[in-house]
Amino acid sequence: MTEFLQHLLNTLILGGTYALLGIGLTLIFGIMNVVNFTHGALYTVGAYVMYLAVTALGLGFFAALPTAILGGFLLGAVLDLVLLRPLRGADMDTTMLVMIGAGIVLQSGTLWLFGGVAKSIPTPFPDAPLQLGPVSVSWLRLFVLGAAVSLIVLTYGLINRTRLGLAMRATFQDHDTAALMGVNVRLVYTATFAIGSSLAAAAGALLGPVYVVFPQMGGMAELKAFAIVILGGLGSITGAAIGGFILALAEELGAGYISSGYRDAMGFLIIIAVLVFKPTGLFAKAERIG
Amino acid sequence: MSPAPILSVDHVGVRFGGLTAIADLHFDVHPGEIVSLIGPNGAGKTTAFNVMTGFLKPSQGQVRFRGTSLQGLKPHEIVRLGLSRTFQRTSVFPDDTVFDNVMIGLHRRGRSRLVDTLLGRDRAGEADLRARARDLLDTVGLSARAQDKAGALAYGEQRLVGVALALATEPAMLLLDEPVSGMNASETQVFVRLIRSIRDRGVTILLVEHDMPMVMEVSDRIVVLNYGRLIAEGPPAAIRADPAVIEAYLGQGSAARDAARAARETSDA
Amino acid sequence: MTRHLPALALLAALVALPLALGNEPYLLNALITTGIVTIAAMSLNLLLGFTGQLSLGHIAFFGIGAYVSALTSLGFDIEIVGGLRVVHAPWPAAVGFLLAVLVTAACGYLVGRLSFRVRGAYFVIVTISFAEVVRLVALNWVELTQGPLALTGIPPFTLGLPGLGTTVLRTKLQNYYLVLVVGTLCYALIARLVGSRFGRAMRGLKENESLALSVGIDATRTLTLAAVISAAMAGAAGSLYAHYLRIIDPDVFLFSTTVTMVIMVVGGGKGTLLGPIVGGLIFGLLPVALRPVMVPEAQWMVFGLVLIVIQFVMPRGIVPGLARLFAWRRAPAPVPLPVEVRS
Repeated sequence: MTEFLQHLLNTLILGGTYALLGIGLTLIFGIMNVVNFTHGALYTVGAYVMYLAVTALGLGFFAALPTAILGGFLLGAVLDLVLLRPLRGADMDTTMLVMIGAGIVLQSGTLWLFGGVAKSIPTPFPDAPLQLGPVSVSWLRLFVLGAAVSLIVLTYGLINRTRLGLAMRATFQDHDTAALMGVNVRLVYTATFAIGSSLAAAAGALLGPVYVVFPQMGGMAELKAFAIVILGGLGSITGAAIGGFILALAEELGAGYISSGYRDAMGFLIIIAVLVFKPTGLFAKAERIG
Repeated sequence: MSPAPILSVDHVGVRFGGLTAIADLHFDVHPGEIVSLIGPNGAGKTTAFNVMTGFLKPSQGQVRFRGTSLQGLKPHEIVRLGLSRTFQRTSVFPDDTVFDNVMIGLHRRGRSRLVDTLLGRDRAGEADLRARARDLLDTVGLSARAQDKAGALAYGEQRLVGVALALATEPAMLLLDEPVSGMNASETQVFVRLIRSIRDRGVTILLVEHDMPMVMEVSDRIVVLNYGRLIAEGPPAAIRADPAVIEAYLGQGSAARDAARAARETSDA
Repeated sequence: MTRHLPALALLAALVALPLALGNEPYLLNALITTGIVTIAAMSLNLLLGFTGQLSLGHIAFFGIGAYVSALTSLGFDIEIVGGLRVVHAPWPAAVGFLLAVLVTAACGYLVGRLSFRVRGAYFVIVTISFAEVVRLVALNWVELTQGPLALTGIPPFTLGLPGLGTTVLRTKLQNYYLVLVVGTLCYALIARLVGSRFGRAMRGLKENESLALSVGIDATRTLTLAAVISAAMAGAAGSLYAHYLRIIDPDVFLFSTTVTMVIMVVGGGKGTLLGPIVGGLIFGLLPVALRPVMVPEAQWMVFGLVLIVIQFVMPRGIVPGLARLFAWRRAPAPVPLPVEVRS
């Protein structure tokens, strides 16, 4: 029972960052119809900016996190302006291939700059875990959960409570009509890609200190983001949030009770199962974002 | 008294979520007829075509073709029964030549097996297909365009490619979705002759069309839809004089529209 | 025959190439591995180019082919569910090759039936997932695959001709010609297929799926057929790879190899017969040219940039680009004639 409770707690903590990762990806797909193959690279970049900010710049852990998020935001904006804006109207395969190319450039660039040796990010949290009755959790992981949930809430607020969010929702519904109604669709696309990217970077910056930082870390993160988004239904934010927690649960239970080697396979088995039983994901694609 | 219908639309209804595209459609088409399905925009005509050809599943009712229920059949299975269609907008394979378009369309006529193909033993079959493709292009008058890319043709010519593709499946009945939209008056006249010649070869024709003079000229019988409901049926002369039809085409908030809406709401409730 | 002229010329050049190079083991090795990946790229082109389905899990079939062939020729002794023990004694490499083709064809059938239920982004992600699952199995089923320790000592192919005895294909030169023979066979099969009604059905589905259905083309059947043939060819390439390198580990399933194949196909010209071969030769040998001047990470950055630049400046690829440049078959467009009905 204790073991199970511990798994649930771990699920909660992992699920928060997975949800961030998934929401970023689903936002970009839902609004821009782009499968973002740079998502994993942005996750990696977030982790490395965090690492640099803490070690080289000496910014301090809590100032480094917003720096990493901002870094993801800016890189996302640049990717959209340079690569996606000129390709607007091209078919989905073209943008996918361009995004795969950009992902390779970013990932190999990171490897070139930092080398393949994994780095760890020092944290200000005490080493001793917090005991909560029978289960224990490190302070760092608790902070990660808090930060992830705050960012999710912030994203919901942004989409549902702001003018930009309104424009994003309108573009999601029908970009032609949105443009007719005076929405600056090009700006919405750039903002969407930048926000989605900043969420990926945030996930990397949060999980980087928990594990280690290395150039290929984004590959698996990206595949998991795909799994989360398929599970929740492409384009559904609520679906991605819930999908993040379901994937985390499946991984925790799979690793705990089946074999730790197949932890990373859970996401893909989920994708295949979803495909067999409910191809549109748990939340239909037609659902409005927010 | 009339012979058995070739196509029966039997109390078909289609609903998308809360929206009713077709409320309750019921009509027959008899062998050798040219029937037109008309109605204002959004009346459910293309939806009806999509149900008949298996692209949409009806929420209620069914379609029967030559006595066989089409329920649950996929589009390619329905074509094999002899019911073929054209499309309103994208009627060609844009990146292939007109000739290769028809060759793709002759898929069903080809009998070659995979093994023979891979061993290069289907030369005779291919020659037969090419001859048939040339015949079909001749029939629709596109022989001169055979080597042009279909996507580069004028709109009206693309409709003709669509017709050739549909004929390639050797249908007993042909559904034409707005075949003359985008054609000028003389092209339309040529097309009317083409439709008649197809019918004279024993192919029954059902068409959806907005060009009223053309519909009146070519049709043996007209079925009028409004708000997903049949509001009139009969020969062109009768339809032209039918007050409900006139109301449907002219009236915004007219009696016919109100009646149709009231009827739909009661049937939905 | 004239339309096959460029292909025949290329074949002649490839037959003569080792004579021109002399016995240069490094270059020959690069040519062999390039040739093997090019065969896989040709098979990917069948899906990506001719049916228009962007399958990004193609490496799975290549890897399965490699493992099936290696395990068939090495033998294994494992315990499966329920304590059932399965022992397999080593068989010749050629049997491994055949089994690799058959098993990957079966995998292609299963994956096709499953994944062609969806299109677009869903299809892409499902194919990637399949490849990852297979990689994780290869990594974790240590009893069968040795996991990260790799399968070693895989025997090379032996060629037996009646009356001539048998030869073990140990030298690079022999393997080069083996790859060339298999590649030529695959080319011929693909050429036959895409020129037939099956190939036309594939093109129809790619260009306008609704219209293809309405002329009686069975989408699931056609796409699954393409997937089966494509998977079997990738499996054959994987088998060649295993018996040439004689060592394989779960890294044969890396996504980056799929990306290399995709670059070969879209760079060379997807949906053309020669495209993946031209692309395969260019992007397979590019690392050889880049190696003296840059580190592998930088080479990969170049690959990524190439993939981006192709989409912007030459989205249809090199072969169609060249064909348009020469335009030797293009006569001026015929004057449009008035539409006329003949009775």
